[in-house]
Amino acid sequence: MTDIDIEQYKITEEPYYEAMGNEVALYEAAYEARMPVMVKGPTGCGKSRFIEHMAHKLDKPLITVACNEDMTASDLVGRYLLDANGTRWLDGPLTTAARIGAICYLDEIVEARQDTTVVIHPLTDHRRTLPLDKKGELIEAHPDFQLVISYNPGYQSLMKDLKQSTKQRFTGLDFDYPDSKVETAIVAKEAGIDEDTAAKLVKIAHAARNLKGHGLDEGISTRLLVYAATLINKGIDAKEACEMALVTPITDDKDIRDTLVHSIDSIFA
Amino acid sequence: MTTKVTTEYPHHRKQLKCSFEQIEDCFDDYMKDALRNLSNEGIEKYLSGASLVCMIGRGWEPVSIYLEEMPQMVHRLGDEAILEIISKKVWDMSRSPNGKAIPPFMQCLPEASRRLGTLEQMQHFLDILFDMVEQTTTSVHGHHKTHSSQGFLVLLEQIPFLLSQLSLEGLKNWIEYGVRNYNNHPERQKDYFSLQSADSKAMLQRERHGTLYMDSERKLDMYMRSMWQQEEYFVPYSLGFDELRKPQPYYDELGMRVPDVYDDLNGVSGINRYRITLAHMAAHKLWTQRQVADNLSPFQRIAVETFEDSRVEQLILRKYPGLRKYFCALHPAPVEGDCDNEKESCVRHRLAMISRAILDKNHGYQNPVILEYVEKFHAALAEGESSTKEMLNLAISFTARTRLQSDLLPTVRFENTEVAYRDDNRHMWVFIEENDEAEDDTSQPQSKETVEPDGLPPRHYHEWDYHTTSFKPDWVTLYESLYAPGKASDIDKILEKHSALANYLKRILDLLKPQHYVRIRYQEEGSELDLDVAIRSIIDFKSGAQPDPRINMSHKHDGRDIAVLLLMDLSASLDEIPDGCSQSILELSREAVTLLGWSIEQLGDKFAIAGFHSDTRHNVRYHHIKGFSEHWDDSVKARLANIEAGFSTRMGAAVRHASHYLEGQKADKKLLLILTDGEPADIDVTDDKLLIEDTHKSIEELSSKGIYTHCISLDKKADDYIEDIFGANGYTVIDNVDKLPEKLPKLFMSLTA
Repeated sequence: MTDIDIEQYKITEEPYYEAMGNEVALYEAAYEARMPVMVKGPTGCGKSRFIEHMAHKLDKPLITVACNEDMTASDLVGRYLLDANGTRWLDGPLTTAARIGAICYLDEIVEARQDTTVVIHPLTDHRRTLPLDKKGELIEAHPDFQLVISYNPGYQSLMKDLKQSTKQRFTGLDFDYPDSKVETAIVAKEAGIDEDTAAKLVKIAHAARNLKGHGLDEGISTRLLVYAATLINKGIDAKEACEMALVTPITDDKDIRDTLVHSIDSIFA
Repeated sequence: MTTKVTTEYPHHRKQLKCSFEQIEDCFDDYMKDALRNLSNEGIEKYLSGASLVCMIGRGWEPVSIYLEEMPQMVHRLGDEAILEIISKKVWDMSRSPNGKAIPPFMQCLPEASRRLGTLEQMQHFLDILFDMVEQTTTSVHGHHKTHSSQGFLVLLEQIPFLLSQLSLEGLKNWIEYGVRNYNNHPERQKDYFSLQSADSKAMLQRERHGTLYMDSERKLDMYMRSMWQQEEYFVPYSLGFDELRKPQPYYDELGMRVPDVYDDLNGVSGINRYRITLAHMAAHKLWTQRQVADNLSPFQRIAVETFEDSRVEQLILRKYPGLRKYFCALHPAPVEGDCDNEKESCVRHRLAMISRAILDKNHGYQNPVILEYVEKFHAALAEGESSTKEMLNLAISFTARTRLQSDLLPTVRFENTEVAYRDDNRHMWVFIEENDEAEDDTSQPQSKETVEPDGLPPRHYHEWDYHTTSFKPDWVTLYESLYAPGKASDIDKILEKHSALANYLKRILDLLKPQHYVRIRYQEEGSELDLDVAIRSIIDFKSGAQPDPRINMSHKHDGRDIAVLLLMDLSASLDEIPDGCSQSILELSREAVTLLGWSIEQLGDKFAIAGFHSDTRHNVRYHHIKGFSEHWDDSVKARLANIEAGFSTRMGAAVRHASHYLEGQKADKKLLLILTDGEPADIDVTDDKLLIEDTHKSIEELSSKGIYTHCISLDKKADDYIEDIFGANGYTVIDNVDKLPEKLPKLFMSLTA
């Protein structure tokens, strides 16, 4: 715990991010006050990219934890390991972040079990402490430490919702797919294709997003659009690229496939 | 009598052994046609065939049809063998009770040959027809074929229409269905084959070729949603039954009307034709503004509609350029100069040309006015979306420029001007004054809805026909209602009577209630150490890998999450008192169900009770006794107390209906318990196996939906059929009916424990 290489958590290259509104300013203000932030939005709309971008902008280390169902509190906080001389304590990612003053980003927090998520509570209010009860240590969070969680309200079941007591410790930023103009710019920039093709891809995405809730759990994300555009850039025929990147991954429903394939066909003349 | 018309072909005339005067007049014409189309050998067959037809003794008509039509048929089918086939068939028919059908038979042949095109197909078609005749020609008292086929005559009249709607395969299915189901009911047979009866139309619909609306509804819904952000009701109409005036798509407040079937056309698949039709209407909805119609003449209005249609299509293409190929394929391409201004009205032709020219850059038209207006049109749209108003002005000036005296001629050229995917544009116009033109007859006499006094509207269920391995659509009508209440205290008396049994059951229930434990492993903190995992962790640790700290386990008990529906057979046979019993089966069933209902209430499972019986396929009754959300209270008891036996056991429909209630329940396990005293049967079914197979099919449908079924049969002879219906483990036969009240709750507990 003494020799943690902070530099490894720094983001060296500026991640490309196109602002949709004034979320950058809002985030900066929240960081100024070290307020915990929750970013909400559908999958693949740029939540993680935004956090990376902000970490780079603020020049702070970023520790990302992808949450899953089997994650326990010790996976976040740390645990004792046995070794030849007895036992040794190993910090978890949350503890590390609190010690070095990093931005700790818990991705898809609802996937973790509810008893896991409560360990973040003392870090997120005025106390800004993390008790390691097994170790008998109380960590005072580093002044630069900030907690960010991401949260996708869309597809998870009712069983997987955050508790009110957790939700109310965060300020929220709502993300959605960018509007067509911005999205076109993003796709064109990320994949290096012309604006015209990018605009067509965005149109297909809009057609699919209209089907959300009518057989589709999630629409086509910006990330998938970038995939499709990248394939096109590699010289793949546009229609095939779209089918591969935009249709096949998101659905197994034949009727939806047919509809999407038709919309691709009518947009790429 | 003696006048003998001289013929140019005396040699051939001699070969035709037929002396009807009527054919003399036309014989030369027939021969000219025949000589053009037939070989020498063919001529011989032709004349001998005609002689045979002449000899049947049915007057001059059949032979003259034969002489007139056969050369053309040979030409279409490309094979002279048809000459003999037909004359032979006619001869056979004349020797059967179906002689009356000869003229209509002959008359349907030309159309059939036009549709079918090859001898092989034609042969196939004749086989289908004569199989039908064979089966529907009945004999009485062993006499050889004495009664003519009832359906054949009316069927022949429908043949041209049927062939336009069905493939031969479909025709075969449609005919066979009618023969199978109405063979011993002459009047119904006629209704079926003349397309009067409802199931005849339903069957026809099912066998139609092309893309059926019914099969594509979801796709179209998605299409509108995803590409046009519009949510629409679709109302399909049939193209099958209006021969004179083909209905067009249109939309109004009630929804979009679309045809019920689209065949592939010019390489555009049926589903894409639907999409194009919808795209056109959706575009109108987006971009068309209503116009006042009163000041415009009908011609002007058609012109405005054409220009507006073209405008919205251009706007569609801006959005979805990939649709152009479909529009071009579906839009007619009128040929310039095809329409003669002197003889017919070319209004539609001109408009179709301009519409085509707007759509298709490679139109190749030379007419300067057309070209000028195409130019003007594109100029109007160059700046933006333009507007309906602008189109109106453009259209009016176009009509003024191109008006001709001949436009008013009664013969209007329609060929190549009809754009099938466009709607009728009724949404475009506002009429300020009441229209004095003849209105479309929309005031169809409203049929008075017959109100069912008790309960919900009837539901229709299909029934499986194992002969054809297909479903008969909407075959069974099921009415459901709440059972009339009786006295709830009767049920309490039953419980008192069986109080010993109830106590015994209660003990079992108590054992059942704290349900089985489930072990949850891989817990970091838990009630016990999980040795397996602990040892594995130590090994990991010793070998230097990271050990899994989740070495504990804990227990929890699994909640019962089960929904049960008990379906009681209430057919008349329940009134019987079986040998050695003092009570009827109905009374015993009631006692058994009472105890079962009482015990399940203790367990707290979701539980419903319903009864059913049937009186032909038109009247299957489904009675609610207890719903899932109801408790075991007095109103339920009262209904159960009042159950009575009557009618028959058409089980399939009741099972299907019960399954739709179970489907609506949220539970891990769903169980349908069927309590019956015999095999499925009904008075309108003579084939025992039919309903057995249908019930089996319905059980299969349920299991594919994840619903378990279990049958409790009180029929001692059930072994003969019950396994065929419910499968090897899907039933219990209770021989000793007296013991039913005791057995039923026990059985339930063992099934669900």
